[in-house]
Amino acid sequence: MSNYAKPEALVSTDWVEAHAGDPSVRVVEIDVNTAAYDEGHIPGAIAWAWNSQLCDTVRRDILSPSAFEQLMMDSGIGNNTTVVLYGDNNNWFAAWAFWQMKIYGHKDVRLMNGGRKKWIAEARDLSSVTPKTTKTQYKAAQADLSLRAFLPQAQEASARSTAALVDVRSPQEFSGEILSPPGLPETCQRGGHIPTARNIPWGMACNDDGTFKSYDDLKRLYGSEGIDGSKPVVAYCRIGERSSHTWFVLKYLLGFQDVTNYDGSWTEWGNLVGAPVERGGTPAAKAA
Amino acid sequence: MKPEAYSERKIELNGWQIRLTSYKLGEQFHCTADNVSPGAWLARARGANRREAEQQALDKARKLLARAHRQAS
Repeated sequence: MSNYAKPEALVSTDWVEAHAGDPSVRVVEIDVNTAAYDEGHIPGAIAWAWNSQLCDTVRRDILSPSAFEQLMMDSGIGNNTTVVLYGDNNNWFAAWAFWQMKIYGHKDVRLMNGGRKKWIAEARDLSSVTPKTTKTQYKAAQADLSLRAFLPQAQEASARSTAALVDVRSPQEFSGEILSPPGLPETCQRGGHIPTARNIPWGMACNDDGTFKSYDDLKRLYGSEGIDGSKPVVAYCRIGERSSHTWFVLKYLLGFQDVTNYDGSWTEWGNLVGAPVERGGTPAAKAA
Repeated sequence: MKPEAYSERKIELNGWQIRLTSYKLGEQFHCTADNVSPGAWLARARGANRREAEQQALDKARKLLARAHRQAS
């Protein structure tokens, strides 16, 4: 992991196993399928549910500062705790949690490279015991909105090329052939993508074992689509979680300075009255 | 408990590519079906053996995929 721009943001499965009893480390599992944790998890790990604990459940938004602080305190996490996040789907929602923790200024948060899949494939211990946590005190920093893009920024990026737009959905979603991944609810009115966006599906950043590709492979992958860090990047997907994975790759593994996650994503843009929409693929989308 | 006999394979179901991931945990086999691209979870099932767990996951996935449709171009 040493070639990455910020290798300290990743830990290996070996590292997690070795720190199982370390009181300064809190391991948290976040899955797409929130039932996966109950089936068996890393001993000592707690779980967060992406659809109830990592978002505002009334209005569409990330956690408020006070809700974030409450989650940290309830999870036994202090401002100086090392937090290791992992989950299914190659850390899909673990990256979503990572992004929010960085927005609220948590200093030491890391992803376990390979996620739940690698841990299980390596036949490491699974536990069915939910550990008890001791409530802590936690103070969130003022939200760092330099990590987050809202609709006006996405519109400006598209209309004036102020930033490169990276659509990390599947080629079929990008082209407009389907409105959502097969089997998931269709929550937008139109299919297609934001004009000028390049399609680099999030999963292309991962190896078969769920780990991230090497720095050189990632640089080549994004560079071939003109995403080289020379201008700001806005990543988006359907609801902002796949794009937080790509946001992590671009900011922490490749070290690009100005990368934002547009979490409104296609379920915002694809429902806007009058918004410009492009349909059809790009060379990258067709090759994926 | 340690998971054993981890296995992944891809199949086509109702015209969609599906990945089946299965392993043994304790006395049961666990199987997850996802949609490969983007890899979103579709179904999860358990069984006394791998075949039974996979079949149950596939049955659930088939019902979900029946609702997915391609847009007219």
